[in-house]
Amino acid sequence: MGPALRLVAQRLALGLLLLLMVSVVIFAGTMILPGDVAQSILGQSATPEALANLREELGVNDPALTRYFEWLFGVFRGDLGTALTNNQDILTSIVGRMQNTLFLAFWAALISVPLAIFLGLLAVRYRNRWPDKLISAVTLTSISIPEFLIGYVLMYFIGVQLGWAPTVATVYDGMSLGEKLHAIALPVAVLTLVVLAHMMRMTRAAILNVMQSAYVETAELKGLTMFKIIWRHAFPNSIAPIVNVVMLNLAYLVVGVVVIEVVFTYPGMGQYLVDHVAKRDIPVVQACGLIFAAVYIGLNMVADIVSILSNPRLRHPK
Amino acid sequence: MNQHLRYLSSRVLAGAMSRREFMGRAAALGLTAATASTFLSSAARAAGPRKGGTIKVGIQGGGSSDSLDPALAANATATSVSRLWGEPLVELDPQGGLWPRLAESFEASADARVWTFKIRSGVNFSNGKTMTPEDVLATMERHSGEDTKSGALGIMRGIKAMSVDGQNFIVELESPNADLPYLLTDYHLLIQPNGGKDDPAAGIGTGPYVLKTVEPGVRFVGEKNPDYWDDSLGHADTIEFIVINDDTARVAAVQSGQVDMINRVPPRTAGLVDRAPNINVRTTAGPGHYVFIMHCDTAPFDNMDLRMALKYGINRQEMVEKILFGYGSVGNDTPINSSYPLYTELEQRSYDPDKAKFHLEKSGFDGTVLLRTSDNSFPGAPDAAALFQQSCGAAGINVEIKREPNDGYWSEVWNKKPFVTSYWGGRPTQDSMFSTAYLSTADWNDTRFKNEQFDQLLYAARAELDEAKRKQMYADMSLLVHNEGGLICPMFNQFIDAVGEGVEGWVDAKTGFELNNFYAPMKMWVAA
Repeated sequence: MGPALRLVAQRLALGLLLLLMVSVVIFAGTMILPGDVAQSILGQSATPEALANLREELGVNDPALTRYFEWLFGVFRGDLGTALTNNQDILTSIVGRMQNTLFLAFWAALISVPLAIFLGLLAVRYRNRWPDKLISAVTLTSISIPEFLIGYVLMYFIGVQLGWAPTVATVYDGMSLGEKLHAIALPVAVLTLVVLAHMMRMTRAAILNVMQSAYVETAELKGLTMFKIIWRHAFPNSIAPIVNVVMLNLAYLVVGVVVIEVVFTYPGMGQYLVDHVAKRDIPVVQACGLIFAAVYIGLNMVADIVSILSNPRLRHPK
Repeated sequence: MNQHLRYLSSRVLAGAMSRREFMGRAAALGLTAATASTFLSSAARAAGPRKGGTIKVGIQGGGSSDSLDPALAANATATSVSRLWGEPLVELDPQGGLWPRLAESFEASADARVWTFKIRSGVNFSNGKTMTPEDVLATMERHSGEDTKSGALGIMRGIKAMSVDGQNFIVELESPNADLPYLLTDYHLLIQPNGGKDDPAAGIGTGPYVLKTVEPGVRFVGEKNPDYWDDSLGHADTIEFIVINDDTARVAAVQSGQVDMINRVPPRTAGLVDRAPNINVRTTAGPGHYVFIMHCDTAPFDNMDLRMALKYGINRQEMVEKILFGYGSVGNDTPINSSYPLYTELEQRSYDPDKAKFHLEKSGFDGTVLLRTSDNSFPGAPDAAALFQQSCGAAGINVEIKREPNDGYWSEVWNKKPFVTSYWGGRPTQDSMFSTAYLSTADWNDTRFKNEQFDQLLYAARAELDEAKRKQMYADMSLLVHNEGGLICPMFNQFIDAVGEGVEGWVDAKTGFELNNFYAPMKMWVAA
């Protein structure tokens, strides 16, 4: 087994171990949440009898350890349980929500990642001249404004005043792809603005770093064009940090878009999680937490593996 | 001029003239936009409802954790969706009084102890089965059984026995209650096949619409039930609810025409929204009120003079202006206002630092009063608490504010701590409001008001069928709460909805919940 393969296997094992530890943390965390699921379901107008009846039925009176292992073994079998509040199977509900979240994240990534890398390359090409400064100024401004505010501003001007895109991004089965893309136009635009700067700045910094090296100078002396040097020689060598930051932002697009989902009424995982946290629906919160953790760990693992593989010393051992 | 206007509005209704053009011509005749708009909508009402089309509602208050089981309905979305597919025996008429639905008629025995409801015959559930009095009985059993989770359990508790006799459903009460039909308007009590005992969340009922899409917290679509028995309800072919919990997003959705109506416009922006050209803001004054509640049995609030000092230390008018932005009316330290059928006006208590100071000195209390509040106890509650702190300060009363988290406020703070902010949605009758929260033995006696005279009056009023006498009893009870209770009620809030111009037929309501007691989507129709 090559050292690269061994490293990858190691990462995978570590990732799984980490996930197991996260499951303990999630479970413990949800146990110490204040409030009471029965009270949250029935609201202010609940009688003590109704509360006691509901608590009994929900089985929230069992000891915590028993419930943890029951839950964990359920997860291994692919059974995330049923929601306490509406008795729906969590897995079924989550799959639909997850698809929506991934749909939004996919289109946002499809636009933002190439755009960010292209803008980064452009900024390096025109370093310290007006294109570089303009790109940095615009992207840094958009990352500095809170995302919900960007959302509201776009909603007002593009949605209400111009009427180009819908302000409510609710998507559902039975919509054609075109209709869905039209519906999510505004949230995709906001997400792109939010993640652009981070990736663009990292691309710029990483490539500039490589540009200082001797072999770039050699390439320059050979008479290669600036863009060719950046694209053929500098970019491949700075791939590791760029992939890292891209993965971090992809993870954000999946697990961190709660605010955007709420602002644009997009039926994704974030909204689903928030609704259930508010109702103290512990099994759903645990399932969402676990999935978010898995996505986060998974994407970071991909970043690790890519940077390992992009390192020639590991790919070609002596 | 009137004749000409009538001609013009008929052209609009016939689709021969655009609304905009109408407004222009009306302006040329010297009418203000508001008058012209009113004229047009009354013409639309007179022309009668149009059938067909889709009405979309942007609604606040739903989550993906909601169930379709009416027993668990606890927010605006669950309640309005259940109105699509299900019906109660009797409904509250937004104009006041009762609106018989599945009960054709009802009557009480002379002592108001036995009630007979004649159930409408020939009505089918959306699964094809015929609705029978047995289904009604089963429904009521499900909501009143020992192990029920129903939010209506409190109402059902006074029932001794229920039975079916032919087409009649008969309720025998433990003690007389002249208001039983009002209690049965409770939004949980929708008639389901076999009472929903088999599948409570199936969404099958006798309502004007049949649910086609159910995505909790996201979207609900109902299609017109072709067999529906009442022609006056349900004009659109399709009614769609889109859950939009974010205030700004909801307002933007009605502004951009993506939805036809929304509920709960924030009072802060309602004035601005109303100025938008294609939207009308509609308000409903209901029995809902915002409260500061003190436990009458816990020190220092067991001191009646301290309670009185705090009651004089609140500036009600200021709260209506600054917290409700004028969308409400001043309260008078009783949960009853003019939306109740047997209301009697009491002398208005107003802000009086001198009297507050007098009662404070008389009480001998010289410490600090701790008031707990949270964002979700009512919109603007922390601001209201700060206003209260200031107006009390002017009278020499020290109020300290403790901000509690939203999470767990209803389980850990409300009805547990001695002085908190909260809200009440109100009840259809004085009797149910008083028995829910002011009777000594009530579960939600959140002011710990225990007054023997009050309790006796409450029981006596229930059995009293002479309206004048009942009215006097309720006035006396209100006065007792007003003077001795632990309730500081600075304001009654209004429901604020916004309706786009794509739909017509709005009728102002005197009582009930938002969106015309949630019936607006079914009573309104798509404009020409």
